[in-house]
Amino acid sequence: MNSLILRTASLFLVPLMFLFSLFLLFRGHNEPGGGFVGGLVAVGSFVLYAMAYGLAEARRALRVSPVTLVAWGIFLAFVSGLLAALYGTPYLTGYWLEYPLPGGLKLKVGTPTLFDIGVFLVVVGSILTMIFALEEE
Amino acid sequence: MLAILLIAFLVAGLAPLLHAPLGRRTGWVLALLPLGIFAYFLTFVPRVSQGEAVVHLTPWISSLQINLSFYLDGLSLLFALLISGIGALVLVYGGGYLEGDRYLGRFYLYILLFMASMLGLVLASNLITLFVFWELTSLTSYLLIGYKHQSEKARKAALQALLVTGIGGLALLAGLILLGFMAGTFELHELLAAPTPLQEHPAYLGALVLILVGAFTKSAQFPFHFWLPGAMAAPTPVSAYLHSATMVKAGVYLLARLAPAMGGTEVWLYAVAGFGLVTAFVGSYLALCYTDLKLMLAYTTVAALGTLTFLIGLGTPEAAKAMAVFLLAHALYKAALFMGAGSVEHGSGSRDVSQLAGLGPLMPLSFAAALLAAASMAGLPPLLGFIGKEVVYESVLHQAPSLLLVALVVAKVAVVAVALLVGLKPFVGSLRAPLGQKVHEVSASMWLPPLLLALLGLGFGLFPKPVEPLLVPAAGAVLGEAVAFYLALWHGLNLVLLLSLLTLLAGVLLYWLWERLGPALRVYERLFARLPERGYELSLEAMSALAAFQTRALQSGRMPRYLLLILSFTLLLVGSTLFLREGLVGRLDLAGFSVFEWALALLVLVGSLVVATTGSRLMAVAALGVVGYAVALIFLVYGAIDVAITQIAVETLTVILLVLVLRALPKGGLDVNPRGRWRDAALAVAFGALMTALVLGVTSLPFDTRLSEWFAEASYPLARGRNIVNVILVDFRALDTLGEILVLVTAAVGVYGLLRLRARRKERGGRV
Repeated sequence: MNSLILRTASLFLVPLMFLFSLFLLFRGHNEPGGGFVGGLVAVGSFVLYAMAYGLAEARRALRVSPVTLVAWGIFLAFVSGLLAALYGTPYLTGYWLEYPLPGGLKLKVGTPTLFDIGVFLVVVGSILTMIFALEEE
Repeated sequence: MLAILLIAFLVAGLAPLLHAPLGRRTGWVLALLPLGIFAYFLTFVPRVSQGEAVVHLTPWISSLQINLSFYLDGLSLLFALLISGIGALVLVYGGGYLEGDRYLGRFYLYILLFMASMLGLVLASNLITLFVFWELTSLTSYLLIGYKHQSEKARKAALQALLVTGIGGLALLAGLILLGFMAGTFELHELLAAPTPLQEHPAYLGALVLILVGAFTKSAQFPFHFWLPGAMAAPTPVSAYLHSATMVKAGVYLLARLAPAMGGTEVWLYAVAGFGLVTAFVGSYLALCYTDLKLMLAYTTVAALGTLTFLIGLGTPEAAKAMAVFLLAHALYKAALFMGAGSVEHGSGSRDVSQLAGLGPLMPLSFAAALLAAASMAGLPPLLGFIGKEVVYESVLHQAPSLLLVALVVAKVAVVAVALLVGLKPFVGSLRAPLGQKVHEVSASMWLPPLLLALLGLGFGLFPKPVEPLLVPAAGAVLGEAVAFYLALWHGLNLVLLLSLLTLLAGVLLYWLWERLGPALRVYERLFARLPERGYELSLEAMSALAAFQTRALQSGRMPRYLLLILSFTLLLVGSTLFLREGLVGRLDLAGFSVFEWALALLVLVGSLVVATTGSRLMAVAALGVVGYAVALIFLVYGAIDVAITQIAVETLTVILLVLVLRALPKGGLDVNPRGRWRDAALAVAFGALMTALVLGVTSLPFDTRLSEWFAEASYPLARGRNIVNVILVDFRALDTLGEILVLVTAAVGVYGLLRLRARRKERGGRV
C-alpha cells in the first residue's frame, strides 16, 4: 500500500500505539489492561507499520525474529514462578518488591509483573510469526 | 535401601563415561557395584531368617499415599540377592561377550539401569512405587532387547516385548489401585501384616483378573509367551539376565508377593495354577521344536515360569517350599546355560545345535560349566536342580490330582531332553562346527561367570545348609505364615525318587530319538508358537486400521467439515442433555432492555445476516468485524472493560489476518453450494438456538457469588493488585495462563510450519 497519508500518520501513530501497549501492560495489575491486551495492541502497531512501509521494513523495526520473542516470553513466564521454590512455596506464588520513589510514589515490581511481560512477549511473538508468515505467502 | 537404588541409578548414568578410560576392564570394575549391593543384602540374612522384616519409608507424595517405601522380607531378599549376584556376573560376562562393540558403553548403561529398576521392583512396599519400577523394567528391557538397533528384527522384538508388557502394565496399574482401595492401604507391609479378607470383597475378582493380566504378560505365561523367544534378539548376556533372575521373574515375584493376600480362592487356584501348568507344558514342548540353543533355552524358561506360577497357584506349604527352591535352582542353571550358549556361539561360530558337535576338548571350561548347569536343569543328583525337582514332585504328589502330576512329569521329561541337547550334544562326538579347527575357548570373563554359577548349583546341592536361611523365609513369605523345612539330597526310597528316575530315563530316551522325531514334533508348533503371535500381529494391524479409518472420517483436512462435525456433535450432546435433564428453563424478559441495547442487538443481527448472505469475501470479513465490535460494546455496557478491550484488539487483528489470508486465495467470490448452504444455515440456526437456551438456562439459576466475592476481597491483600481479571490471570490462576500461552506458541509454530512447508514446495516447483 503506497499512501502518503498513511505513511505520515503512521509515523506518529505507531510509536504512540506501542507506548500505549506498554502502558496497558504495566497498569494491568490495578486497572484494565495487562500483558495479553498490551501484546495485541503492540502487534497492531507493527501491523500498521507494515501496512505503511512494507513488511521488510516492519521486520527490520522489530530487530529480532518474532520466534526469539516467543522463546523469551515463555522463558520469562516459566522462570517467574521459580522464585517461589526458594521460599518453599508452590510454583508461581507471587513475590513483590516495593521501593518508595520521590513524590509519594511507589515502584512495585513482582514476579507476576515478570510473568505478564512473558505473556506480552509470547502474544507479540506468536501473532507476528503468523502474520509475517502469511504476509510472505 | 533408597540410597542403594539411587547409587545404582547414578552409577548406571556414569557407566558410559567410565567405559572410555577403563576399556576392557569396565565390566570387572562395574561389577563391583552389584557385588557391593549383594554384600549389603547378605548382611540382612540373619535378621530376615529370624522372621523379621525390614521397612524403610521416605515420604514422596504422601497426600496420594504414594511413598518411597521399601520392604525386605524373605521373598524380596532372595530376589535382591539373585538380581545383584547374577547382575555382577552378567556385567563381567557382557564385557567379554561384547568386547569391541561400538555401543558397549550403552550396554553397561542399560543393564545397570535395568538392574536398579528390578531391584526397586522387588524391594518396593508401596504399590504405586512398585508399579513405577515395574514399568521401568519394561522400558529398560526394551532398550536392552533392541540393543542391536541396526537389526530390524531386534527393533521389532523390542517393540513387541514393550507392547505386550506395557499393555499388561496398564492392567496391573488398575489392579493395584483397586487392590489399594480394597485393602485401605497402598503399603504392602501393612497389607500383608494384617490381611483384611480381600477375597470376599466385591471388587476382588476384577482386581485379581487385572493383576493376573499384568503378571502373566510380564512372566510370559500362555498365551502371552510369544514375546519371550522373540526377545532372543537381545545380546546373549541380556538374555541370561532377563531369563534367570529378572524381568520375567517379576510377574512370578508379584504373584508370590500377593499370594498371601489374594490367594486361597478357587479362582486363584484355577487361574494361576491352571495357566501355569499349561504354560509349563507348552514351553517344554516348544523347546524341543527348535535347534537354536537360545530359542530352546528361552522356551524352557517359559516352562520354568509356568512351573513357578503353578506352584504359587497351589498355595500349599510344600508348594511354597518347592517354589523357593526351584526359583533359586533355575536362576543359577539358566543364567549359566545362557552364558554357555553365548560362549559356544563365540567359540564355534554357531549356536545351532544340529550343526555343532565335539566342542568339548577345545572348550573344556565352557563345557564343564554347561554340563554342570545342564545336569542341574535335568535334575540329576547331586545338584541343586535335583532337590528342586524332588520338592516340586513332592508338592504335587501330596496335594493335586494325579492328572496334574502326569502333565508335570511329561513337561519335565522334555526339559531333561533339552538339557542334554543344550549341555551335552554340542560338546561330544567328532568335531563339527562352522569355524572348523579354529574353534577356541573363550576368554576368562566369559567362562568364569557360568562356571561359577554352575559350581554354586553343585555346591548348594551337596551342602544345602547355607541357602536354608534364605529359602525358608522366602517360602514363608509366599505362604503368608512361617514354615520350617530343611533340604537334603537323600529323601529315602520313595515314590518321588521313582518319578525322578522315570523322568530321567524318559528324558534320555527322548534325547536319543530327538533328531528322528524332529518333523513329528513340529506338527503342533504352529498352534502354540505362531498362533498367539499371529493374534498379536492381527490386533496391531486392526488397531492401525481403526486409527486410519477414524482419521480419514474425522480429520478430512477441510475446514467446513471440521466445523460441521464439531457443531453437530456439540448440538447433539449438549442439546440432548439440556432436553433430557430438563435444563430448558428460563424465559426471555425483554422489558428491561434500554434503547442502546436494542441497537446493539440489531447491529449484531444485521452484521450476521450480511456475513451469511454476501457473495464477496471482503464484505464478509468486514461484516464479521462489525459483529465483533458490537459484541465488544455489549461487554462494555455490562462493565467488563478488560474483556471489551481485549475483544476489540482481537477483532481488529482477526480482520487483518483474514484479509491477509484472502489475498492469498484465488480471485473470485465465495464458492457457494446451494444445498450445502441450506444445511449450514439450518445448523447455524439450531446452534444459535442451543446457545440461547443454554444462556437462558444458566442465568435462570441463582448465581453463586462466593468465588467472585472471594476474588474481589483477596485480590489486593493476597496478590497486590486491584484489577481482578489480571490478578486471576497472572497470580491466582497463573498456571492456566502458562498453559494458554503455550497453546498460543504451539499454534504459531504450527501456522509457521505449514506455511513454510508450502513455500518450500513452491520453491522446488512441486505441487502445493
